[in-house]
Amino acid sequence: MLNYLTLIFSCQLAGELARVALGLPIPGPVLGMVLLFLFLVFKGGIPEQLASVTGGLLNHLSLLFVPAGVGLMLHFKLLGSDWLAISAALVVSTVLTIVVTATMMTLLTRSSASGKGEE
Amino acid sequence: MEDLRDIWVYLSASPLLHLTLTLVAFQAGNWIYGKSGKNPLCNPVMIAVLVIVGMLLATGTSYEDYFDGAQFVHFLLGPATVSLAIPLYRQFDKVRKSAFAILASIITGSLTAMASALGVGYLLGASKDTLIALAPKSVTAPVAMGIVEQLGGLPSLTAVLVILTGIIGAMLGPIALNLLGLKDWQARGLALGTASHGIGTARALQVNEVAGAFSGLAMGLNALATAILLPILWRLLF
Repeated sequence: MLNYLTLIFSCQLAGELARVALGLPIPGPVLGMVLLFLFLVFKGGIPEQLASVTGGLLNHLSLLFVPAGVGLMLHFKLLGSDWLAISAALVVSTVLTIVVTATMMTLLTRSSASGKGEE
Repeated sequence: MEDLRDIWVYLSASPLLHLTLTLVAFQAGNWIYGKSGKNPLCNPVMIAVLVIVGMLLATGTSYEDYFDGAQFVHFLLGPATVSLAIPLYRQFDKVRKSAFAILASIITGSLTAMASALGVGYLLGASKDTLIALAPKSVTAPVAMGIVEQLGGLPSLTAVLVILTGIIGAMLGPIALNLLGLKDWQARGLALGTASHGIGTARALQVNEVAGAFSGLAMGLNALATAILLPILWRLLF
């Protein structure tokens, strides 16, 4: 158990170091995710204890965003006089992005998966 | 009465109080979410945030004091992001099979996110500072703040918009996808991760592992796509 917790933290730390050293525009934890993924490829499978550590973290991923979310209370005044433009832009753009991305993915996978299916 | 105040002073100086408050408020949010039949509008993050902000305002507690306790939860975001490698590895056969579709969809989604946020903001007369902060709103907070800083905008405003975008996407995204009959888990996960980063990914993981894996992948790739494309787009437009 402790081994794998150490592995996860080491991947994150290595990710942070790589980001700073190479000046990459990706956050350290995302690079750490790539490193852990490479570890799994190298290992050829997911050790059971690693799965239980990561399962514990990922089952409650939503919880981990709460402290940052509470930070909204500090910055609400930053929205200032543009609050209407901001609210409209956030809602319209977020929903549109979701719809466009999902539609595109559905169309592309459907046409490649069912080669001679109707289009 | 004196005693009670002593206890309050003692407790509010210890990280345990606000750590516990965070967990209790989230459990309450999760309970309501469960009771609603996992209705995306009852997003547990949103409920927990509203409860905690209400409590902090009512007791006159500053965010800094709250964060002394809550930082222990916040810290786990990094290791949890690293852990997304596991669902990704489990679903990697699916990812490899549709690699082109995934890249094309994420790049299209990334451009849609930037262009539509800028477009709506511009039409409604948002200031230039607001427009810069709006453009990378779909990308995970540290990347979005980095891009905005580089373009000469306000990183703190960006952080607010990023979190709001995450909550909006997790709440409205599933409803929009259901209305349009887009049922494929790969497509749904990819869309949530592209548009609303980690908060969307958390929602996707709760519902389906395939969706969660594709969402985590999309969150990482859209961070990269936006970091490359936004500075170019910004120079073309302004």
